[in-house]
Amino acid sequence: MQIIVKKIESLGRNTLYYFYDLGGMGMFLLQSIGGIFRTPFRFRALLKEIKVIGAFSFIVIFFTAAFTGMVLGVQGYYTLSKVGSEGALGSAVALSLIRELGPVLTALMVTGRAGSAMCAELGIMRISQQIDALECMAINPYRFLIAPKFLATIVAVPLLTLLFNVVGIFGGYLTGVKLLGVNPGAFFSGMEQSVLNKDINLGIIKSFVFAVIIVWICTGRGFLLLKIRSSGFGAESVSRVTTQAVVLSSITVLLWDYLLTAMLL
Amino acid sequence: MNGAIIQFVDVHKSFTSANGTVQQVLRGVNFDINAGMTTVIGGASGQGKSVAIKLILGLMKPDTGKILIEGKDITTMRPRELNEVRSNFGVLFQGVALFDSMTVFENVALPLREKTKLSAAEIHKRVMESLAQFGLTGHEEKFPAQLSGGMQKRVGLARALQLEPKIMLFDEPTTGLDPARSLEIYRLFHKIQHEMQYTSVIVSHDIPKIFNLADQVVVLHEGKAKVFSNSEDIQRSNDTIIKDFVEMTMGHIYQSRLENE
Repeated sequence: MQIIVKKIESLGRNTLYYFYDLGGMGMFLLQSIGGIFRTPFRFRALLKEIKVIGAFSFIVIFFTAAFTGMVLGVQGYYTLSKVGSEGALGSAVALSLIRELGPVLTALMVTGRAGSAMCAELGIMRISQQIDALECMAINPYRFLIAPKFLATIVAVPLLTLLFNVVGIFGGYLTGVKLLGVNPGAFFSGMEQSVLNKDINLGIIKSFVFAVIIVWICTGRGFLLLKIRSSGFGAESVSRVTTQAVVLSSITVLLWDYLLTAMLL
Repeated sequence: MNGAIIQFVDVHKSFTSANGTVQQVLRGVNFDINAGMTTVIGGASGQGKSVAIKLILGLMKPDTGKILIEGKDITTMRPRELNEVRSNFGVLFQGVALFDSMTVFENVALPLREKTKLSAAEIHKRVMESLAQFGLTGHEEKFPAQLSGGMQKRVGLARALQLEPKIMLFDEPTTGLDPARSLEIYRLFHKIQHEMQYTSVIVSHDIPKIFNLADQVVVLHEGKAKVFSNSEDIQRSNDTIIKDFVEMTMGHIYQSRLENE
C-alpha cells in the first residue's frame, strides 16, 4: 500500500514538474521575443553573434555539405542507373538537398557547434551569478544576453542553409558528372525543370523554424539552469544541461522537419 | 537619514528538493534595517543568510510575509516597479559575478553605458577615476580571471558603486581571501561608506572582524532572527543559541575580553 502511494505521489510530482518546465520554457520564449523589441538595441553584440554563430560555422557547413552532396551523387547514380535514368541525377540531388538535407543537416551542425556553446555560456553565467548581477543592475537579461543570440541565429541559419545547398549541389556535380560521367547538360537542365519555387520556399521556411527551435532550446536550457531539476550543481550541471539542450534541440528539429514536410509538401 | 529602509515582516521561506522533502529555512523572520547604518547579517552556514539577500533583491519571493523597501512591499511588485527599486541597490556577490568575457574597464563601465546617457568620453573619465580610487590603475584591459581575488572584489565594488546606490549589499565579501586581505577589504568598505553615505548590509559568517563596522547585528538561527544593536549585546546575551553561536564563531578572543572586564 505504502509503495503504491509513493508511486502515485512521484507520478504526480513528475507530471507537475514537466508542466512547470514547459511553462518556464514558454515564458522564456515570450520574454525573449519581448527582449528583441526592447530599446536600446545591441547592434554591435548582434554583429558579434552573427560572426560567432554564422561566419564561424562556415567551414563546418562547407565540409558537411560537400561530402553530403558527393555521397548523394554516388548513391543517386547507382540507384538511378539501375533503372537507366542517370539523367535525373541532377534533380534528385538538388531536390533532396533543398527540401530536406540542407535545412536539417545545417540545423544539426549549428546545434552542435553554436547551440551547445550558447547553452554552456549562459549556464556558466547563471551559476556564477552574472545573470543575477545583470538583474540587480536593472539590466534586462533578455534584451542584453538573449535577444542578440535569437536574432543572430534567425539571420545565420537560413543563410548557412543556402550555402549548404549550393555547396552540396556542387559536390553532387563533382561525383556524378566529373567522376561517374553523367552528362552535365542533363544534370543541370533536369535540376532546372524539377526544382520549383515551392521547394525552395519549403526549405527556407524549415530553416527559419529550425533556427527558432535551436536558439530557443539552447539558450533557454542554459538560462533556466537552476530551475532544471535533474541538473545537479556546479560544473556538472552546465555539462548536463548542455548535453540535454543539444539532444532536445536535435530531436525537436527532426520532429518539426517531419511535421513541416507533411503539412507543406 | 533615519527610519527603516529595509523591513522584514514575518517572512517564511522553504525549499522543496527533487525527492519532495521540504526544508524550512526562514520561519517568521522580523527585523528592520535603518537608513545610513551598517547591518551585519550573521549565522552559521545554511541558516538562510544568502536567502535573505536574495529576498531583499527580489531574486526570490518569500512563501509568506512581506519585505518592505522604503515602505513599499517588493513581494507583490510588477517587474517594472521592481527594476525601479533595484536601481537603488548596489550588490557585491559572493563570487563577485564579474562578467568574465569583458575586461575590467568594460565591467565597471557597463552600468554607466546601460543606465545613463553619458558620452563615451565622460564614461571613460569616470571609470578611470574610480579604478584609480580602488587602486586598479593599469589593470583596466585585463580580464577578471587574470586578477587576484582581492582585486576582483575591488572591481566588483567599483562596478556596484557606479550608479551611487542608496543601499549596498555584500554577500560574504571576504570568502576566499586571506585574513590580511579581508581586513583590507573591510577597511575599504568603511572608507567608501564614509564618503558615499549609503546603507550597508553585510552578510557574513566573519562576525568578529566586522563588529567594529556594524551598527546592528542580525543573527539568523533555526529560521528566526535575533537583532542586537551592538557587539556588547551579542556577547552578553543569555540566550543559549546565541551563546553557542558566539562561542562557535568567535571563540576565545571575546570570552577572554569578557573575563578581563
